[in-house]
Amino acid sequence: MLSAAMHAHRAVLPASRGVSLLSRAGSRCLATATATGTGASGASTSASDDAITITLPDHSFEGYLVEPPSLEFHTTKGQLLQMYKDMVIIRRMEMACDALYKAKKIRGFCHLSVGQEAIAVGIENAITKLDSVITSYRCHGFTYMRGATVKAVLAELMGRRAGVSHGKGGSMHLYAPGFYGGNGIVGAQVPLGAGLAFAHQYKNEDACSFTLYGDGASNQGQVFESFNMAKLFNLPVVFCCENNKYGMGTAASRSSATTEYFKRGQYIPGIKVDGMNVLSIYQASKFAKDWCVSGKGPLVLEYETYRYGGHSMSDPGTTYRTREEIQNMRSKSDPIAGLKMHLIDLGIATEAEVKAYDKQARKHVDEQVELADACAPPEAKLSILFEDVYVKGTETPTLRGRISEDTWDFKKGGFANRD
Amino acid sequence: MSLRLPVARSVLQGCGARSIAAVRAQALASSRFATARRYASSKTTTMTVRDALNSAMAEELDRDDDVFIIGEEVAQYNGAYKVTKGLLDRFGERRVVDTPITEYGFAGLAVGAALKGLKPIVEFMSFNFSMQAIDAVVNSAAKTHYMSGGTQKCQIVFRGTNGSAVGVAAQHSQDYSAWYGSIPGLKVLVPYSAEDARGLLKAAIRDPNPVVFLENELLYGESFEVSEEALSPDFTLPYTAKVEREGSDVSIVTYTRNVQFSLEAAEILQRDHGISAEVINLRSIRPLDVDAIIKTVKKTNHLVTVESTFPSFGVGSEIVAQIMESEGFDYLDAPIKRVTGADVPTPYAKELEDFAFPDAPTIVRAVKDILSVE
Repeated sequence: MLSAAMHAHRAVLPASRGVSLLSRAGSRCLATATATGTGASGASTSASDDAITITLPDHSFEGYLVEPPSLEFHTTKGQLLQMYKDMVIIRRMEMACDALYKAKKIRGFCHLSVGQEAIAVGIENAITKLDSVITSYRCHGFTYMRGATVKAVLAELMGRRAGVSHGKGGSMHLYAPGFYGGNGIVGAQVPLGAGLAFAHQYKNEDACSFTLYGDGASNQGQVFESFNMAKLFNLPVVFCCENNKYGMGTAASRSSATTEYFKRGQYIPGIKVDGMNVLSIYQASKFAKDWCVSGKGPLVLEYETYRYGGHSMSDPGTTYRTREEIQNMRSKSDPIAGLKMHLIDLGIATEAEVKAYDKQARKHVDEQVELADACAPPEAKLSILFEDVYVKGTETPTLRGRISEDTWDFKKGGFANRD
Repeated sequence: MSLRLPVARSVLQGCGARSIAAVRAQALASSRFATARRYASSKTTTMTVRDALNSAMAEELDRDDDVFIIGEEVAQYNGAYKVTKGLLDRFGERRVVDTPITEYGFAGLAVGAALKGLKPIVEFMSFNFSMQAIDAVVNSAAKTHYMSGGTQKCQIVFRGTNGSAVGVAAQHSQDYSAWYGSIPGLKVLVPYSAEDARGLLKAAIRDPNPVVFLENELLYGESFEVSEEALSPDFTLPYTAKVEREGSDVSIVTYTRNVQFSLEAAEILQRDHGISAEVINLRSIRPLDVDAIIKTVKKTNHLVTVESTFPSFGVGSEIVAQIMESEGFDYLDAPIKRVTGADVPTPYAKELEDFAFPDAPTIVRAVKDILSVE
């Protein structure tokens, strides 16, 4: 039911990513009536194209060395609807990851972003495909928003060949066009993000780099090295601290001499943003992008958010905080429930329609889970093991396996020492 | 074939000139060497390693706008060791970028730029400082193409001085070839001569993979003959070993400045003991040209490896293991012998520092030992 004209840079129909991951066709699915056949009512269709003015609550922003963005901004009802659908898909996808992990179909580390969905969605809606995004290992939602299908994300988590990294990376090493991971080492993505901005500047592009890191990473030396160079070189980088109050099991106040993360850039202006409100995030991110692209240099954003789950699937998340605190955030500050309320209050959708979107999202994700689970893992062949260590055609002559008999010869396309 | 001895110029720190002057004196006295020099082709030019590196980078910057240089003092200072001299003037601030003293940050920044398709040349003033950035080199650069299933490449060169200088003591003298050599996803190159420097650096800059390019400060000022071919702007070298001196009694496999000491040792062995030593210049640690090592072992049946790394878990250890596991083992008439750095943080006093790294007499000792010569 959403017209394709509304968001020209996004595909309307769900597209399978399959093995060809280099297409920039933007294959993120909109679980829409076109797929399911059940239409949203005609009243919503015409309403969804209407412009609308949003006024954010007073506490939405706090500025440091900069006037915070206006609390009022213009958007369309269709965009709000899209944001809702995006958040619900991410929520459903993350919940599917939880179940798949417990079913032992996902192994190793798995860091979920349940509760933090608004950030990936708010940012993506504020930027274009020309901009860059990079974050830490809590990256599933971002990968989806940047264009990967739910199937391709889940397939990667389950180690299948159809995954975004062909099964070679796993949960922490997801990539998509304009999305540079998925990074496993805390804080390492911050200088990388400054480097993406360096490249944007070098190539004279009207684009910027959204470089995300957590409260846990915010004290890393390399973050400050990045701040310094970004300011010196006037790089178009938005440093975004996703402050979810805990760095694994350590509360922010126990790790940080100051928890005002938006001020840590010292000589770089900063804005603190309500990270549980997708509209605040959208407005702040838009402001930040305009700031960077207009040549004003870097900016620091702090998105104040919360994760309902533990640090990762190995962490229950209840030994260092109370269940009351978690429940309180869920019931009072949930980003999805918050936007749902707006949609209903603004007459963009009825309660029944929202429920229908929820159902569609659940259905879509369930379908994608099945499709992903049906995908084959990489064949257990040494030729695949040794692939991708180097760019194809530029490999070292050989690479060794566990014993010398398993040495692979790339020119030969076979083993070096066996007859 | 002509003997590949460097024509010594004054070495920066002075005390290193000892062995070079001695060799020059020997070389001039040795008529065979003098004859070879006299008959050298009139078409050859000489070039210092420094100029070789400088010209290589200039040509690559000229050829491809995506290539840029980044590091401490590379621009306005013209390079801590003057390797990037003149490049800021010629190419401007956009292409030659000075950084603060923040290795982790600027190495990471360069890797990020590479992820987005640029082709950075990162200068570490010394690879000792690369330890501060090693996560960026190993985890963000080397492993990315693999972790992304081949969807994200990272074309970048990390270059700088490696190994000992003279008198710079423990924190500035370590050789990192073994550490970086063990990382799948990296290539690790170790040029010796000016021609090596030109050809390998140009190849490294064009290589779509991350390359660690280990130079040696004391080689920067050394002059070498370079062929006409090496002066071409499209001159690149493959990552394979080179026979610097042919011989028949023993093979000395080595790289970087130790090639010079090995050639000196070969002269001494020939003159004083009638031993004919073959000297192999590896030029590349990863990939390691094991075929070339096996070939020379088949020829001489005796092998000595020479390196400046710490003795444990080093390049020589790797070579010994490779030969043990290959047909080369069957051709050995004696166990392989390693000459390495000493198992100590590098001392400052010259009398002690002289014990910390290989030199020609030590290599001679190693050869005499495996050939059972008094």
